[in-house]
Amino acid sequence: MEPLNALVSVTNFMLIPALAYGSQLALGALGITLIYSILRFAHFAHGDTMALGTAGVIGGTFYLQAQGVSIAPLPTALLAIPFGMVVMIGYLLAADRLVYSYYRRVKAKPLIFVMASLGVMFVTNGITRLLMGVGETRFEDGERFLFTVREFRDFTGLAEGMALRSAQALTIITALVVMVILFWFLNRTRAGKSMRAYSDNEDLALLSGINPERVVLITWVITGMLLVLAGTLYGLDKGFRPFNYFQLLLPMFAAAILGGLGSPLGAIVGAYVVAFAELGVTYAWRRVFTYLMPEGLEPTSMMQILPVDYKFAVTFAILVIVLLFRPTGIFKGKVI
Amino acid sequence: MADPVLIGEGMTGGYGGADILHNCTIAVEKGQIAVIVGPNGAGKSTAMKAVFGMLKLREGSVRLAGRDISHLSPQARVAEGMGFVPQTSNIFPSMTVEENLEMGAFIRRHNIRATMEQVYELFPILREKRNQAAGELSGGQRQQVAVGRALMTEPTVLMLDEPTAGVSPIVMDELFDRIIEIARTGISILLVEQNARQALAIADKGYVLVQGENRYTDTGAALLADPQVRKSFLGG
Amino acid sequence: MTLKARDLGLFAAMVVVLAMVGMFQSWQLAVTILNMSLISAIMALGVNMQWGYAGLFNVGIMGFTAVGGLAVVLIAQPPVTEAWAAGGLGILLGLMLGVATILAAAIVYKRMPPSKLRGAAIIAVIILGYLVTSQIFGPAKRAVQAVNPAAEGYLGGLGLPVILAWPVGAVFAAGVAWVVGKVSLGLRSDYLAIATLGISEIVIAVLKHERWLARGVNNVTGIDRPVPRPVDLRPQPWVESLADTLGWTPAQTAAILSGLGYSVLFLIVLALLIWLAERALNSPWGRMMRAIRDNETSARAMGKNVTRRHLNIFVLGSATCGLAGAMMVSMDGQLTPGSYEPLRFTFLIWVMVIVGGSGNNWGSVLGAFVIWFLWVQVEPAGRWFMDLVTSGMADSSTLRQHLLDSAAYMRLLTMGIALLLMLRFAPRGLIPER
Repeated sequence: MEPLNALVSVTNFMLIPALAYGSQLALGALGITLIYSILRFAHFAHGDTMALGTAGVIGGTFYLQAQGVSIAPLPTALLAIPFGMVVMIGYLLAADRLVYSYYRRVKAKPLIFVMASLGVMFVTNGITRLLMGVGETRFEDGERFLFTVREFRDFTGLAEGMALRSAQALTIITALVVMVILFWFLNRTRAGKSMRAYSDNEDLALLSGINPERVVLITWVITGMLLVLAGTLYGLDKGFRPFNYFQLLLPMFAAAILGGLGSPLGAIVGAYVVAFAELGVTYAWRRVFTYLMPEGLEPTSMMQILPVDYKFAVTFAILVIVLLFRPTGIFKGKVI
Repeated sequence: MADPVLIGEGMTGGYGGADILHNCTIAVEKGQIAVIVGPNGAGKSTAMKAVFGMLKLREGSVRLAGRDISHLSPQARVAEGMGFVPQTSNIFPSMTVEENLEMGAFIRRHNIRATMEQVYELFPILREKRNQAAGELSGGQRQQVAVGRALMTEPTVLMLDEPTAGVSPIVMDELFDRIIEIARTGISILLVEQNARQALAIADKGYVLVQGENRYTDTGAALLADPQVRKSFLGG
Repeated sequence: MTLKARDLGLFAAMVVVLAMVGMFQSWQLAVTILNMSLISAIMALGVNMQWGYAGLFNVGIMGFTAVGGLAVVLIAQPPVTEAWAAGGLGILLGLMLGVATILAAAIVYKRMPPSKLRGAAIIAVIILGYLVTSQIFGPAKRAVQAVNPAAEGYLGGLGLPVILAWPVGAVFAAGVAWVVGKVSLGLRSDYLAIATLGISEIVIAVLKHERWLARGVNNVTGIDRPVPRPVDLRPQPWVESLADTLGWTPAQTAAILSGLGYSVLFLIVLALLIWLAERALNSPWGRMMRAIRDNETSARAMGKNVTRRHLNIFVLGSATCGLAGAMMVSMDGQLTPGSYEPLRFTFLIWVMVIVGGSGNNWGSVLGAFVIWFLWVQVEPAGRWFMDLVTSGMADSSTLRQHLLDSAAYMRLLTMGIALLLMLRFAPRGLIPER
């Protein structure tokens, strides 16, 4: 029985990756929930716009690297994020002007908006692939590890090792900071409050003199920033492949619905629940139990509940459970 | 006679289909309370919405302090000094009471605190609950939030669409008292009401509408005394 | 509903375009486009039933077509007796235990009063069920997968005529749709979208991963075909003489004839479906569906069970997609789970429905032809376009090379733009609903 080793093992293979993945999902799900509460539709282009924004950051990173700019030990991509954000916000605003604003004007049904976002998804998808191809692009540089397995073992003298990759640490810290700023913005600033008011009661917001187009603009700007951050952190952590970004759509939606569509806090909680469930269910617990069980009783199987290929099934199961038992989500989102 | 603070004169129009209002006139003087009553479907709320610019008039005009505002959107009318409390969904439920008031004052940037102080004076319970989500309050308290929100723009005219719908008689009396208080500060009040008897009791001017037309127009007291009005609209 | 002259003109134009493909590119390509268009048309019909008749937004088309494709393997492939002996019973028992676990959990949920205890009981049932199931299922699965893994390693099918798989594919898809619909219909309209998106990813994950079922990513190939294969046709004397007359090679002739065989089968199915769909649309049932779509609240107020009706149509539409999926696999003669991609199998079908005219069956068919034609032709066109744009650059230029390599993705861009333009400027599509 070696509980400490078990703890280290589970932290290394489950907790840290889940925390990082959850943070990436949270940033994405926040965008989905914001768009949902202000523009009132499910934004299907979310994953692909995230890929495009990340492509922008990668372009910037490669340029900076070619110029010999470096902020080692931090990844160069951090410097390119503002550039990616500008590109992303410009793109989203252009999409809004060219596509969505028309449907707002004619007061189209929500599903028409969703359909339009499918169109945007296709276009964005095409542009991203034109720029980046479909293969994997790695753009992580700088120090790869805060501490490695070996360093950890030497330091603690434990049998089990643990590593913390800089991309993971960066993800978790950035996500925390961004969430704090976002909540400060929504709860303390005039613009943020006007967004909440608009989401709460559109007609009354109009009567109070809140300009809807301005609220929409702010929403896209914030979403753009969140998307670029989420996409860059995900890419630093796991590498950039456009299709993976598209596939993030499902867990991001699941997170937003689980938390309660329209509730930013819910999106964050939902994202971590989804991340921990996905990794927890597909993680092979054998090692942990080998440490925990008395000698002679060690597990013989992998102790993996589901193979990794089924991580979507986990997300989906969560989604189904929420839809069946509490369609408004944990934090009572909108039910229209 | 000088123009009243707010007048919708000879209003004719509807929501695109057939006309609902026919040559209907509603006016309110400074610091006075005008009440629109009438049977169901008489166009009471429609008349108020017409004054507020929420439906298109084919004929007639709306003037605020002598200025023709018929072409202005409701939002622009708010900026001109008209406050409006809709009948339903008249608060921001997930925001705190104080934030509701702040949103009411969105178009103003100065001196919000003082106005908020006045609202709290008027509705002390709101001060107590100012950090609570407005959606969690009782029906009567929500109406206070709604009225408070509209007052935050410092309107010259406050329009209320059936503010007592669905609240208990005690709360109703309380609300009417507050409305009188608001009128005393010089704000003109235009009120649409189901509870005709109580409303006319506080009204300086009453309008009885039937099928989108003015049927009787007089002071509140005179209408209450009129046997015809009593018989047809006040249940004897 | 009859077709107007304008609509017939559009279809005639499509025929001319396909004929031109035959004359200027190759007849083989024309037949391939025709066949895939017919299959797409059936998928689009299914989606149109859901969206056009009832306003249901299904983004899991890929899953339903894949389930239909699975039916082909399970029906037409010969059973692998060795594998059945190794673990067939265990797998069946395991599956039954899995279902029993879910049922047991449901019974606990229904019977016990809501409390913490109930939650604990449900979790206990699920954990126990999982442990028992995996004890039986796991070894059986491994045993099956160990049987001749290079060529088999799965249970195989029933060895029945392949054509039977088509209706079975429809039934499979209907079953999946029923479960999804039961969960997510009656809630917000976009919940169905997200639920279907999820189920389609899971179906693909199951197909890829469960090798005992249909060999997973190892693919099942050489599935029996309902029409003679080109290799069998080629030695026939009449084929050779036909090739002589037309001036084609015998191989080409055989391929085209085989393809045309499919075309005939597909056309029969499509005609049957359109006939049924049109009958349904113009029946009292169809009018009710459209009434529900246009004003759900008032339909509800009139006592219509909207959720129930939605479930009907959702199952029917998905079954149609399953049928098309089965037809596609039996045309390819193989099931390749790795090739199922949402952009191609879900969203492209949506573009077809929107461009064709949602709510109109003929519109969906035309949309399928137009969009599939574009899908096939945009790639070479994109290459040509990129070539033109970059013609000023040196051949060795990396940018030129990159752009030429990326031409394939012009497809997605074009489809997106087509969808957006139609939605904006002709939201009723090429052949609008009447």
